[in-house]
Amino acid sequence: MLTLVLPRLVSFEGTGRRAASVTERNISCLRSTYWVVMLSGFLEPVLYLFSIGIGVGGLIGDLRLPDGRLVGYAEFVAPAMLAAAAMTGALSETTFNFFGKMKFMRLYEGMLATPIRPIEIALGELAWAMVRGVLYSAAFLVIMVALDLTSPMRAAVMLPATILVGFAFGALGMATSTIIRSWQDFDLIASAQFALFLFSGTFVPPTAYPTVVRWLIEVTPLYRAVDLTRALSLGPVGALQLVDVLYLLTVLAIGLTVAGRRMGRMLCK
Amino acid sequence: MESLIHARGLVKRFGEFTAVDGIDVDVRRGEAFGFLGPNGAGKSSTMRMIGCVSPPSGGELRILGLDPRRDGPRIRSRLGVCPQLDNLDIELNVRENLTTYARFFGIPRKVARRRADELLDFVQLSERADSKVEPLSGGMKRRLTIARALVNEPEMVLLDEPTTGLDPQARHLVWERLFRLKQQGVTLVLTTHYMDEAEQLCDRLVVMDGGRIVAEGSPRALIEQYSTREVVELRFAAESQEAYAEKLAGLGDRLEVLPDRILLYVDDGDEAAAEVQGRSLAPASVLVRRSSLEDVFLHLTGRTLVD
Repeated sequence: MLTLVLPRLVSFEGTGRRAASVTERNISCLRSTYWVVMLSGFLEPVLYLFSIGIGVGGLIGDLRLPDGRLVGYAEFVAPAMLAAAAMTGALSETTFNFFGKMKFMRLYEGMLATPIRPIEIALGELAWAMVRGVLYSAAFLVIMVALDLTSPMRAAVMLPATILVGFAFGALGMATSTIIRSWQDFDLIASAQFALFLFSGTFVPPTAYPTVVRWLIEVTPLYRAVDLTRALSLGPVGALQLVDVLYLLTVLAIGLTVAGRRMGRMLCK
Repeated sequence: MESLIHARGLVKRFGEFTAVDGIDVDVRRGEAFGFLGPNGAGKSSTMRMIGCVSPPSGGELRILGLDPRRDGPRIRSRLGVCPQLDNLDIELNVRENLTTYARFFGIPRKVARRRADELLDFVQLSERADSKVEPLSGGMKRRLTIARALVNEPEMVLLDEPTTGLDPQARHLVWERLFRLKQQGVTLVLTTHYMDEAEQLCDRLVVMDGGRIVAEGSPRALIEQYSTREVVELRFAAESQEAYAEKLAGLGDRLEVLPDRILLYVDDGDEAAAEVQGRSLAPASVLVRRSSLEDVFLHLTGRTLVD
């Protein structure tokens, strides 16, 4: 029994350390130019918040929630923009950048000649995507609190939720990157990402759509993320949010497994 | 003697294609071992299996006494790998390429920095330590890749075509550094299709062709076994060298007709050259040279282009 279990345990020894060294590599190549890339990712949801949440929101006025409460449109949109920012941050790092490192910089080939294993690269890259995602989220939450769109207490609870959202989308993005073949396919990813951004209950509650469309929306990952952040921001929090959390954890687990396996198959032929 | 690489009937298949077709190899600690062969002979596939980044499709393989299927990370922590194509990190500078790589092995930062400086000195790149990787010349990049392969103080270094694409100065510098490594007791395993490289560096080598080992031994032994001591190269002014081949019959062990010259494989080149003159054949040029590994290589793997 012991001989069956031990090798498995031993093979995971050092995984955290090795994954961390992959993350560390990304931190060492932070250069001044990189901040520009990061700034653009942060600005996008902020611009949407101001233009649509506050701008268009001024025309719309208040919105009635399913439980009957009235909230300002900006209050309704802001948590969705937060979830979208977490998604964008995680995806930009795990799709475009990850794909480039894998296919063109051949960075991972070099890493795999060391004790690092494919799944550890995936974990390390994902952790890095999270660092970026958390920065976006934290900055956005500061804006939300400053504009009185949520309370500081609620914002503090939303931060870990956005980390979960980021992890789930990061893993999903990474798995997708191991499947796509060329840069052209990124246009498809961008389109899918934009469709999610527009229709995941972000600007309009899904109850506004016909039933079938509504169901379709409710199974998408961004909708589950928006549902979670919105409940945390506006209340009430219930069993449905547990579903959101489990859903996102499942996406994370599947995405990471697929990414690790496919990387192994592609790079360790 | 301890075997660092022990392979028996080692096979690598990619779908229908068999890249490595059942090879037996033993590499002992401290020796410099070479895989020679034309492109597509299966050298790189073999190297990737030895480097534990490519699982064998069949046969037995033990590296440093361990099983690559189970102990990949442990084996790789004791190997240094210099791949055929440089895969340096272009987002990091020269020194960071070494320190970051050291971190992948779990080497503490302070030790990594010290080793990086020592290695940059060893490969003569100290002055470029803060430079980006991109503007370095091919030779410098290769030296940096070699330095990177040494950052974990490996017991065995795998070099896949270490000097391909380098100019003569750069090649000699790389050879000289590799020779110094060998003197320090590091086991070297390299692939090459340069015969002079194999003769310079390898204590022992195998010639691969079509995924199999077709010959094995020290460079000298291979020359003795598969070629003669000397070679006489004859060029005739006539359009076709073929016509002269008959007239040279009986001279030497073997005769090879090329489009532009005839090669005579003989034990005594001068004597054979005199005999050629004696038959009053008057070639436009006569060159007597020692037989080289290249003669062995071409004899074993043929002159046909395999690409």
